[in-house]
Amino acid sequence: MKILVPVKRVVDYNVKVRVKPDQSGVDLANVKMSMNPFCEIAVEEAIRMKENGLAEEVVAVSIGSQQAQETIRTALAMGADRGIHIVTDETVEPLAVAKILKGVVDEESPDLVILGKQAIDDDSNATGQMLAALLGWPQATFASKVEKDGDELKVTREIDGGLQTVGMSTPAIITTDLRLNEPRYASLPNIMKAKRKPIDQKSPDDFDVDIAPRLEVLKVTEPPKRKGGVKVESVAELVDKLKNEAGVL
Amino acid sequence: MTVLVIADHDNAELGESTRAAVTAAKKIGGDVHVLVAGKDAGAVAEAAAKVDGVAKVFHADAEPLEKQLAEAMETLVLGLADDYDAILAPATTTGKNFMPRIAAKLDVMQISDIASVEDAETFIRPIYAGNAMMTVKSSDKKKVITVRPTTFEKAGDQDSAASVETIDAPEAAAASRFVSEELSESDRPELASAKIVISGGRGMGNGENFQILERVADKLNAAVGASRAAVDAGFVPNDYQVGQTGKVVAPELYIAVGISGAIQHLAGMKDSKVIVAINKDEEAPIFEVADYGLVADLFDAVPAFEEEIGKIGY
Repeated sequence: MKILVPVKRVVDYNVKVRVKPDQSGVDLANVKMSMNPFCEIAVEEAIRMKENGLAEEVVAVSIGSQQAQETIRTALAMGADRGIHIVTDETVEPLAVAKILKGVVDEESPDLVILGKQAIDDDSNATGQMLAALLGWPQATFASKVEKDGDELKVTREIDGGLQTVGMSTPAIITTDLRLNEPRYASLPNIMKAKRKPIDQKSPDDFDVDIAPRLEVLKVTEPPKRKGGVKVESVAELVDKLKNEAGVL
Repeated sequence: MTVLVIADHDNAELGESTRAAVTAAKKIGGDVHVLVAGKDAGAVAEAAAKVDGVAKVFHADAEPLEKQLAEAMETLVLGLADDYDAILAPATTTGKNFMPRIAAKLDVMQISDIASVEDAETFIRPIYAGNAMMTVKSSDKKKVITVRPTTFEKAGDQDSAASVETIDAPEAAAASRFVSEELSESDRPELASAKIVISGGRGMGNGENFQILERVADKLNAAVGASRAAVDAGFVPNDYQVGQTGKVVAPELYIAVGISGAIQHLAGMKDSKVIVAINKDEEAPIFEVADYGLVADLFDAVPAFEEEIGKIGY
């Protein structure tokens, strides 16, 4: 089995982002960037499948600026075999990402594509499902467990009321939830080795995909600020305030 | 202008989040139709027909629709899509699962988790874990939208029910199948729609200690939630999780116990009307958003809280 893992470079999850004063977006200058946490989990899962003899090759792919290459190197250092970098400085929406990835899938013919369930910057939670639709493949989103059972993949999904298990044939799409696994740290020797692994560079034009955004961003603003609250001295005072001041008890 | 809302339900009851999606649909304008896809979900279709502002209900009843798997929903909704300018579903795990498939097939960019409708083409949605609000204008001919249920009022009932039309369901998609489900059982109200939520974090120490929160929850008729730290530590099941990657809640009262208040947790609860924080670390970031903060050991404070609410009649 061959596994394709799309990875995205995003603002590090610990960074408190600031909205630009001109409301054109979020200030990303000199902000720490990392691999999207859900993508890390996807890479880890693919590598574990390889270690367990379920997969022969893991290919990491990223779409974005030159710096996205660092994100691919991180995936290679974790254990992916090679990388594909689709270079563009434009903002690419999930629909366009899914179309480019479909092009990559057509060229690479993987049996499985594992993506993160959402990117922590745009919070769309759409790319994996869109790719599945474009390919006409089955999908298992928000996965917290993946098992091979004969010809079928059994995937446990995190749903609102608890857990749900679906079975699907390959080729298929999986998107990862946080509890699927604990991603490994890349060791220094593996980081050095990753520098020698190949990364193919391509452009969105190679896949004949129009990446023009469908959603025009009119403005980006701060969310309404909560006013500072008060500290209470005792539980009795707390209950009194909740009942008589806030009126919620 | 005609808008289709895809109902969220468990085949027995109409999900409250559907009423929020109907409110969003009314703001877009035009006739609002609702699709109820399920198995033996006739009662749901009848309930949907009574929701204020709904002009018509389509009811598709078939085995493959029981769990609203994405592949089956895609085929069903695409069959109806021609007649609609916008298709909406609540941003539940079910809606998030099937809607992007429909968007991709229609070649439109989904607008995820909208918090506000400005006009029929302009919407506001949170990005970066709710730390910024983005106003977007869609140039797509059809809008495919998921609706954040907590920021829209729940539409009430109307005087006379809309008509219910039965439609054919598609064949099962061979490539995927439902195997099993493991649902958390609770007599308490559902987390996403509860008026009061009491949540515990890593400070709870272990799963058994959650009982002290459950006792308070039972008295207040509240739901119990948790931070990711508490879920990852195995204290409670994952569907308790409140945050960017868990559930988004906006109750009247949110009580955070032993929760530091990481960005990802705040993303799921900072629209609550009143926030209470009980934490022994007075530097914890949760106090920056809390209306009422109590610096105390939760193992003293929570039982004392239970006693105090007893005194005022709970």
